[in-house]
Amino acid sequence: MAPDQIVFWVFAPVSVGSAVAMLFQRNAIHAALFLIVNFFTLAVFYLVLGAPFLFAVQIIVYAGAIMVLFLFVIMLLGVDREESLVERLRGQRPLAIVLGLGLAAEIFVAARASLGLARAPANFDQTVNAGGNAQALSHVLFRNYFLPFEVTSILLIVSAIAAMVLAQRERTTTDTEREVEPA
Amino acid sequence: MKTPISYFVVLSAALFAIGTVGVLVRKNALVIFMSVELQLNAVNLALVAFSRLHGNLNGQVLAFFSMVVAAAEVVVGLAIIVNVYRRMHTANVDDASLLRW
Repeated sequence: MAPDQIVFWVFAPVSVGSAVAMLFQRNAIHAALFLIVNFFTLAVFYLVLGAPFLFAVQIIVYAGAIMVLFLFVIMLLGVDREESLVERLRGQRPLAIVLGLGLAAEIFVAARASLGLARAPANFDQTVNAGGNAQALSHVLFRNYFLPFEVTSILLIVSAIAAMVLAQRERTTTDTEREVEPA
Repeated sequence: MKTPISYFVVLSAALFAIGTVGVLVRKNALVIFMSVELQLNAVNLALVAFSRLHGNLNGQVLAFFSMVVAAAEVVVGLAIIVNVYRRMHTANVDDASLLRW
């Protein structure tokens, strides 16, 4: 068995298992922790697929920053209560599971028909990643995708402002009225 | 590289389907949001796998962009959830049904 096969067969069950565990977890914090495990396994797959830069970004941005933000909001809202099992739409859960399995089967058939057992070329690190993955990626990013990169910076500014506007407490009459009323 | 690329694509499909089921089944807005993140990551895995298969870096750049967009999306989404929680004192998506007829 080649090393990448061993890595795949070790981490693929962990990846799917942590995702399923996240699905069945009643407690939102436990779900977030399982999602962090899943993100780490995905980072390992990026490493196997010849993307060490995305491996680092995945761990720093996803498992680090984004999940900390999630855990912060979970703690802020204090949503550790039991989830209600009342179904607004009857039969939503079974139908969702059946449709989810159908989706997975569909993509499986499509991958089998189009890719089969095609293997990637072995010399990825010598040709495409020559001189380092981060360097090669920066060449592609700053030459072919420079405009999208700049647009992304606008997106980040807009989302930061949007978050500030949304999270701001309204300092209008409602707050003063609330102070007048005995709590 | 002995592992066929389709294995990674099938794994990505499985993760995407699990994320879809999570969005449809769960009621907690935060867990639904985490399922969306799982779906985004599944797509990223497929992009990186295709990048490896075709021998160029366009897929990796696209995955990189998708991570940036996901980060922006998380910030706005969590702000919306916090806002909804402040107004309705719930994170249950069934309770936020003011627009339901």
